[in-house]
Amino acid sequence: MTTVLPEQGTDAEAQEFQRAFDTAVAADERIEPRDWMPDDYRATLVRQIAQHAHSEIIGMQPEANWITRAPSLRRKAILLAKVQDEAGHGLYLYSAAETLGVNREELLEKLHSGRQKYSSIFNYPTLTWADVGAIGWLVDGAAITNQVPLCRCSYGPYARAMVRVCKEESFHQRQGYELLLELSRGTEAQHAMAQDAVDRWWWPSLMMFGPPDDESAHSAQSMAWKIKRHSNDELRQRFVDICVPQAEALGLTLPDPDLRWDTESGHWEYGAIDWSEFKAVLRGHGPCNEQRLSQRRAAHESGAWVRAAASAYARKRQPTGARNATGPSPAAEQHVTAGSEGGRPDTDEGPRSREADPR
Amino acid sequence: MSSDWPLWEVFVRGRRGLSHTHAGSLHAPDAEMALRNARDLYTRRSEGVSIWVVPASVITASSPDEKDPFFEPASDKAYRHPTFYEVPEGVRNL
Amino acid sequence: MTDSTAALLARPELALADDALVLSHRLGEWAGHAPVLEEEVALANIALDLLGQARALYGELGDEDELAYLREERQFRNCQLTEQPNGDFATTIVRQLFFSRWQELLYGQLTDRPLAVKAVKEVAYHRDHAEHWTLRLGDGTPESHERAQRAVDDLWRYTGELFQPLEGLTVEGHPVDWDTLRVSWDGYVADVLDRATLRVPESPRQSGWRAGAGRQGLHTESFGRMLAEMQHLHRSHPGARW
Repeated sequence: MTTVLPEQGTDAEAQEFQRAFDTAVAADERIEPRDWMPDDYRATLVRQIAQHAHSEIIGMQPEANWITRAPSLRRKAILLAKVQDEAGHGLYLYSAAETLGVNREELLEKLHSGRQKYSSIFNYPTLTWADVGAIGWLVDGAAITNQVPLCRCSYGPYARAMVRVCKEESFHQRQGYELLLELSRGTEAQHAMAQDAVDRWWWPSLMMFGPPDDESAHSAQSMAWKIKRHSNDELRQRFVDICVPQAEALGLTLPDPDLRWDTESGHWEYGAIDWSEFKAVLRGHGPCNEQRLSQRRAAHESGAWVRAAASAYARKRQPTGARNATGPSPAAEQHVTAGSEGGRPDTDEGPRSREADPR
Repeated sequence: MSSDWPLWEVFVRGRRGLSHTHAGSLHAPDAEMALRNARDLYTRRSEGVSIWVVPASVITASSPDEKDPFFEPASDKAYRHPTFYEVPEGVRNL
Repeated sequence: MTDSTAALLARPELALADDALVLSHRLGEWAGHAPVLEEEVALANIALDLLGQARALYGELGDEDELAYLREERQFRNCQLTEQPNGDFATTIVRQLFFSRWQELLYGQLTDRPLAVKAVKEVAYHRDHAEHWTLRLGDGTPESHERAQRAVDDLWRYTGELFQPLEGLTVEGHPVDWDTLRVSWDGYVADVLDRATLRVPESPRQSGWRAGAGRQGLHTESFGRMLAEMQHLHRSHPGARW
């Protein structure tokens, strides 16, 4: 939907809008696309949602790397479904960003030109099959820890997208854990593969929560706006506390000699994070930065003729003098057979167009 | 070129007896493809029995400025809500 | 090869399962490379459906992983069409159109098999997706038209094999009606290509191999590499569970 901003009015009006916005946020109400919002709030959301969407689609790559080599058909199906979900989650998020008056094409262009970021974690390579498990357990685990509070984010479309994402993502972490468990209890070589993957993914996963609170550039304002609900360090601690017993149950060791239970705080204390690595990866010096971006750009560029073809086809079928550039029919409807796997369409009837009845 | 795949709003009927609910949006070159994309994206886990897609650009929405005249008059009509009425204890099926 | 292996390899269901697995694998190679995000989701859906079909069919014959991961290239009975590399999006779509229509017609005949009855609905959707894209590519831009026509021309030589009767495939005791299947397929494909402003090739519908080569275990070069990639991890850890 096109977002219409209220006309710039007098100062008094501006203050009135600001007050309404502040009241809504303070009362834990959701801000919706057509509400007035401060420019910085909008810009922060666009940046964050876009980065989140980019992370989903770049994040397909390290796992897609193993679809063709998955060692059992069951695992192949799971991995394919998971990578597909990530594309879907990217779509939900781009669509949330689009309610803020930007379009996906524009955001993709910013990703491709390096002006918008994605999560640095995806700049690490997936070297063995166990990495698929470590990504599910640790990377998705960290992502979920970050994302669950976002379901209550003050911006409605983002919060709703996150509800959907979190619901769908619950299997992602589990499949990863199960995969590692199978390896850990398997042959010696499999166990070693699992340990090696955890060794490589543990620290980068902790870095996913972002810099420590005292160095985090955007945190305070985002918390005030209720875009963010907990600080980076809080979430990181929550994640460590969750992971330690899970690692034990896996029979794998977390690669941190300083990890110890602190009875006083009731938390697991962990060793110092190497932030120089984080910053280097962020600056583009991770093992796969170039590779990930160039694959993304290549997919987009080599798909240009396909997108152009579909547009050309649609234009040819548009009645002359059509109302707008969107398509031949104002609305379309499709019936889907209930209860069949994956919600398959009723193939006998097939989709058909009809007048909209959007009550 | 690619940017002219317009945006479509997707409405999904979760099951028979429910109305279509806004599920999200997507890009597609035309209505037929929009329906298929919507089916693939928003009913991957059997979330729906029927889908509508509508070009986002043809939706007319009330603007925030209109909010008061649009929605406030209803809020003082408490008699439209069943809880407005007192029912003596023990009376059922009302 | 033991007698029981030979008997297993002769089962028509194995050929159908191999078709589904191999094409699913090829579609899975698109992950992260599709022309637009919406197509990532669509292609993965098709791949997942086919993989589900393959697993169900293998399950009727033995252990799915043994069948998928421990057979040699010459023991795979998929038709050559399914193993053709993805090429550009047009090649992938035309391959899907040719295969899905065939699968839809064949499974439509197998009314006494619950697996086919379930699969035919999925397959109809795959065919529908391929048909819509064939129209858009064929009648889109000059470039897309040219690519689509090239894909049709290139893949045509693998379509003859589809109509080689699969020995032993019966419906309620009667053999599948392959002639009707071919006639319907020809009519449908001619119609879609025509609507897409594409030509039906006049070139032969068989490769240089003898008819039904894939069904007899003779494949094209790229298939060996595909299998090597698919099987290597599983084979590197004999007896391991995943």
